Amino acid sequence: MSEPGAGVVIVGGGHAGGSAAAFLRQYGYEGRVTIIGEEPIAPYQRPPLSKAWLKGEADADSLMLRPESFYAEKDIALRLATKAVSLQRSAKIVTLETGETVPYETLIIATGARARRLNLPGADLDGVQVLRSAADAEVLKLALGPGKRLAVVGGGYIGLEAAASARALGAEAVVIEAQTRILTRSSCEMLSSFFTDYHRARGVVFELDAAIEGFEGEGGHVTGVRLDSGRVIPCDDAVVGIGIIPNDELARDAGLECANGVVVDLEARTADPTVFAIGDVTHRPMPLYDRMLRLESVANALEQAKQAAAAIAGRPPPTPEVTWNWSDQYDIKLQMAGMPFDTDDILVRGDPAAAKFAVFHLKGDVIRAVEAINAPAEFMAARQLIGSQKPIDRAKLANTTVSMKEVAAS
Amino acid sequence: MAKITYVEFNGKEHVVDVKTGLSVMEGAVKNNIPGIDADCGGACACATCHVYVDENWADKTGSQSAMEESMLDFAENVEPNSRLSCQIKVTDELDGLVVRMPQSQH
Repeated sequence: MSEPGAGVVIVGGGHAGGSAAAFLRQYGYEGRVTIIGEEPIAPYQRPPLSKAWLKGEADADSLMLRPESFYAEKDIALRLATKAVSLQRSAKIVTLETGETVPYETLIIATGARARRLNLPGADLDGVQVLRSAADAEVLKLALGPGKRLAVVGGGYIGLEAAASARALGAEAVVIEAQTRILTRSSCEMLSSFFTDYHRARGVVFELDAAIEGFEGEGGHVTGVRLDSGRVIPCDDAVVGIGIIPNDELARDAGLECANGVVVDLEARTADPTVFAIGDVTHRPMPLYDRMLRLESVANALEQAKQAAAAIAGRPPPTPEVTWNWSDQYDIKLQMAGMPFDTDDILVRGDPAAAKFAVFHLKGDVIRAVEAINAPAEFMAARQLIGSQKPIDRAKLANTTVSMKEVAAS
Repeated sequence: MAKITYVEFNGKEHVVDVKTGLSVMEGAVKNNIPGIDADCGGACACATCHVYVDENWADKTGSQSAMEESMLDFAENVEPNSRLSCQIKVTDELDGLVVRMPQSQH
């Protein structure tokens, strides 16, 4: 049985895990709090790794979620470079790679996700990498610079942000995408074509509908990406950005229900009342959309960290959030909210040619999702309207001379 | 370096030294001051680092950018002296700055 005073053990020292520890203290939890993190550094923010940090506009210090002193001050034990390998729920212990066991009263699984890799010839060459951790970003940053050639495998947001950052650093960038358009998984066609044009105008080359056969190398380092047409795209470094896989093995092996990630409820609790799971690793209810989903965002990590911390500290649950995310590319700020499920129409407000517009996904007159390009008012208003499900006047929404305040109020 | 006073909604004051070049938001986060969430980490994407700038300091902290203004338009409890603290860069000129926090960032 669990020893008294074992407190909360958080497996995973990312944005979700680090935030959960902070919220526990903020909500008045006084028991022991331990974070077990696989990476050698304290919890940090991943979004800048492909954005401001990669371009050199943010320093390492600014990545940190909290200052180093925070954990000692708040009596949070931070065990870094430590991997948890198994979970025995009956005994309430987590076993570490070293064989050491860590008891818990309450466990929070915040193991996140790992970048999907390509199982193709040459994928293990130096210079073929993913972009998920600070260590990955460090390697990529060193490889970028004037005259360098970056191949980006996968036209998703990580890849596009890496391409934009590469261009900002003077490197060449080629984006290779298996589908006929970029951003197929996350965005509508209009946004795909907008971003394709925007990147092309800034020197990025796209290879669409292009299957990859493997990577070519010389002396153990990548020199090119070979397409199935036989053509080779020469490069000095290749970033593979083809999605992430939830690190749900710890939960799965312990008999906790997993779908696309660890199944949790709206308190971020698993079927075991003493085990919670938060962040990228979870398969969670989305009441607004009447389904279960795995989300990949800071907003989700924070919302679930609050849910779990509130439940553990005996506080009322936090206000439900409309899911949102953002991307920075060149001078474009893309802000997205909601999910385009069960929608029957798309309405565009603003002017794509001026790089200032928003795409609203509608179900009848109710906004279900928005993708806003340099359009913060549209994003903020839609976030509220998606949550309230209040019908809007389509004519007003389409008319940029009617303010979003008025659209929201009418 | 500037001495900045952060006042929580409940009136609790935190006086800290913040390095020039950081944002007023970063000054709060680095000093573990509650009440400024900064969910997006300073990308001006979330409007959860909302503060009220003391009237005497409005000139020195500058004015809202168009982006910031649009974001604040839809935040809760917005006042004429509302700012997103991630958009205020700390300079020596801001030594003595006082910012107050709203009831909630969400």
